[in-house]
Amino acid sequence: MSENQRIIEIEVLRYNPETDKEPSRQVFEVPFTDDMSVLQGVQYIKDYLDGSLSFRWSCRMAICGSCGMMINGEPSLSCETFLRDYYPARVRVEALAHFPIEKDLVINMEGFIEKLESIQPYIIPKEERTLAQGEYLQTPAQLASYEQFSSCINCMLCYAACPQFGLNAEFIGPAAMALLHRYNIDSRDAGKAERMELVNSEEGVFNCTAVGYCSEVCPKHVDPANAVNQNKTNSAADYFLRFLTPKGGAK
Amino acid sequence: MNKRRPYVRPMAGWWRKNPFFVEYMIHEGTALFVAAYALILLTGLVYLSRGEAAWNVWLEGLKNPWYIAFHWLTLAAMCYHTYTWFKIMPRTMPPVIVGGKRLPDFAITGSGLAVAATASLAMLGLVWGMAR
Repeated sequence: MSENQRIIEIEVLRYNPETDKEPSRQVFEVPFTDDMSVLQGVQYIKDYLDGSLSFRWSCRMAICGSCGMMINGEPSLSCETFLRDYYPARVRVEALAHFPIEKDLVINMEGFIEKLESIQPYIIPKEERTLAQGEYLQTPAQLASYEQFSSCINCMLCYAACPQFGLNAEFIGPAAMALLHRYNIDSRDAGKAERMELVNSEEGVFNCTAVGYCSEVCPKHVDPANAVNQNKTNSAADYFLRFLTPKGGAK
Repeated sequence: MNKRRPYVRPMAGWWRKNPFFVEYMIHEGTALFVAAYALILLTGLVYLSRGEAAWNVWLEGLKNPWYIAFHWLTLAAMCYHTYTWFKIMPRTMPPVIVGGKRLPDFAITGSGLAVAATASLAMLGLVWGMAR
């Protein structure tokens, strides 16, 4: 162990569905060095102090989106949040807010996966091309129009930042809406009319009250709040245009 | 037997748990001052429709120091409301492309605030000129 090692207190919200009625806090004293992330602190707890601690992680470099946690109340990727920034105070670690806790820091993400599926996150082409016809071409400008919205790593920090999702778990939410928008504005896609039904629905964009915290916490600068709010305009247009175009997509 | 028992945390007091949400509630709350001021003007309109005497009663009422203090408070709330409104504006609109480049957020917020300030000053100048 190096000389500049210090001890930090990590307070973890623990929950064991087999024995606990509700979550409770447990404090661990963790030796750390300046280069240690909160994730490494939590891994230290599991390796040396309490092997029953459960949490998700994989890449350790803010790419996989697995290790999202509430760190001192803020939705963060624990792999890119450093213990040194909290020392000498205690760090509070909790499962991502607004999601049901399965165990300790592991949340139930089934609802989110269903939402991802529901937006049809793939290109629905205008017309099928055969292999002989070649690929679907796109200009750099057409790519630039949606590229930011394709950077999402599904870490769900934006859901943990969205009080409207916390109050109504049915709300399709920031990340799924950003991905929906990404496909709707892709020049190769023709699925907008189908996806607009979801945008316009009870679960759709009008649950959003423009808190904007989702975009603040996004580690990939996707700006999901922008996708959601642009689709409020799209939804309103979709509604009113049906009076002008009798065969419009709105039902 | 399924041992899963997902725990759903309560949402009570959610907006006090994060400074960002507290600020959100404050800037949403300032909308009430905007509404209050609209109501004051509407009341004035109702008094105006009842003739000159009624109108003068309303004008006299406005001179109450409490009312004046309330107007200063409303002005402060309106200014803050305007600032937060334009601060979030870049998040609510499609990207603006100028000369092949995307206009940065601060330019959108800045132009919004500049337009609001210009419109307010023009209105003030107009009303001031009419009142003299």
